[in-house]
Amino acid sequence: MKIQQLSIFSENKPGHMMGPCRILAEAGIDIRALSLADTQHFGILRLIVSDWQQAKNLLERGGYVVKVTEVLMVEVPDRPGGLAEVLELFRGMRINIEYMYAFPFGREGQAVLVFRFDQPDAAMARLQACGIKVLDTTFLEPQPASTEPRP
Amino acid sequence: MLKHGDRSPAFHPASAPDYLPLRHLRELQTSRLRSVVERAWAKVPLLRGRMDESRLGPEDIRSLEDISLLPFTTKSDLRDTYPFGLFASPMKDVVRLHASSGTTGKPIVVAYTQDDVDVWTSVMVRSFAACGVHHGDIVQNAYGYGLFTGGLGAHYGAEGIGATVVPISGGNTDRQIMVMKDFGVTVICCTPSYFLHLIERAAQLDVDIRELPLRVGVFGAEPWTGSMRKRIEALSGIQAFDIYGLSEIIGPGVAIECPEHDGLHIFEDHFYPEIIDPDTGRVLHDGEEGELVLTTLSKQAMPMIRYRTRDITSLIPEPCPCGRSLRRMKRIGRRSDDMLIIRGVNVFPSQVEAALLEVEGTLPHYQIVLRRAHGLDQIEVQVEVTPETFSDRIGALEELHSRIGDALEHVLGIKVEVTLVEPRSIQRSEGKAKRVIDLRVAS
Repeated sequence: MKIQQLSIFSENKPGHMMGPCRILAEAGIDIRALSLADTQHFGILRLIVSDWQQAKNLLERGGYVVKVTEVLMVEVPDRPGGLAEVLELFRGMRINIEYMYAFPFGREGQAVLVFRFDQPDAAMARLQACGIKVLDTTFLEPQPASTEPRP
Repeated sequence: MLKHGDRSPAFHPASAPDYLPLRHLRELQTSRLRSVVERAWAKVPLLRGRMDESRLGPEDIRSLEDISLLPFTTKSDLRDTYPFGLFASPMKDVVRLHASSGTTGKPIVVAYTQDDVDVWTSVMVRSFAACGVHHGDIVQNAYGYGLFTGGLGAHYGAEGIGATVVPISGGNTDRQIMVMKDFGVTVICCTPSYFLHLIERAAQLDVDIRELPLRVGVFGAEPWTGSMRKRIEALSGIQAFDIYGLSEIIGPGVAIECPEHDGLHIFEDHFYPEIIDPDTGRVLHDGEEGELVLTTLSKQAMPMIRYRTRDITSLIPEPCPCGRSLRRMKRIGRRSDDMLIIRGVNVFPSQVEAALLEVEGTLPHYQIVLRRAHGLDQIEVQVEVTPETFSDRIGALEELHSRIGDALEHVLGIKVEVTLVEPRSIQRSEGKAKRVIDLRVAS
């Protein structure tokens, strides 16, 4: 299924990332994945959080412009060629990846990729037809703090 | 400390009208006023309609004092009649058109007959003569050539006085310095802020302007101050003169400083000055500060009756030690509207609004920040990102950024730095944003 990603506009100045992060922290909202895209003049902070609706409300109340975009999260084997195989599926199709980022909280041996497609429905259909696992929101539940002792 | 060649300038015959006995000058002004009013009444429907409304005919204007009976003309009259609505001559008699920026992207158009161009040349010759420029001088004209009146106005005047003109136009600073040095330039015309930039750049290029033959600067098209003059003169060793003018009246050459550097003599045999209270329109006495209103006494193609310049100044009642009978006005320090002058170009915040509205559909919060860097005015427009314009894609925001920049450049005619800023980051005061932050040091 599609996942809601929040994007926040940020000026490229020291300290400007802090505001939104603090708002989420105070509300107990977990940031599950993020990417920061920046140019010389400004940045876009993209977030996947445990409760996007609440996060959006709080951020907007805090004065931020928040854009909700549907993205797909895909689990791929964490080994050489894992990403290439997924990208291969879209060769020859008229589906564009606007941007993507990866993060490491997958199950053992798996990496998770976030894709912003220009046509998320078509992309999802293709992925599912090829047997690629598209993650749902259960993945976004806050993770219990680890009780295991550090090695 | 001024340089070689600094001698009291020989009298130029073209300057004779500067010294008319007052009685003679007033007689000349009166007869010219009557004929220009007659001409405008006969040929310009807008003026005729307004005079009809006040039950006023040209025969009611008999003395100079009667001028206060006439209606004012404003910049919006020029806009509303764009392009040719205020012309009093048929196009076949118009030999030149110029234009300056307007508030909605449409420029203001002004017209000249051959006689008008000749008058313009004569007041520019008298301006250069007052600055001690003469036959044999080499004049580097760094005012922009084109629709802007500065370039051609100074060009004709400098040629008219018999100087050698280098029509280099604005920009390309390194080439300006090379030409100044290699051609043995003695006089420069440009905006005062650009000349300061030239001085700084010359120093970087190891050129000391104090060691060049450059002797006189004729600076205008933007307000500047006495301390800026001191700085210019100290850094370059030249004598700096303030020149005043506006396209609606004729261009540069409406008023000029003499070597006394205490106010600008208005060429009032052609441009009749009044000072009014900008709120009530009441005419003020000489010495009182108010808005400068000018009437063109001899213009044919586009007579201006009581044109409100929006420039705030006062007329100096005392005669000038230089002997000119032309009244002086104090240098312009401020304006009665929100017009900004950036690198000699007129900019209204409403133009910025129009451009933003055009790009975004609704008006975002914005702020204009003016700075002066390397002697050049810089304009930055900060625009708050809105939920409508924001995108998660960098490309979309960069496109917005460049569309705003293009629209602003198109409307204003100058390059503008655009910065997208966070929502609510522009300070609101009393619910209304302060639109202009002018950080240009008035020094």
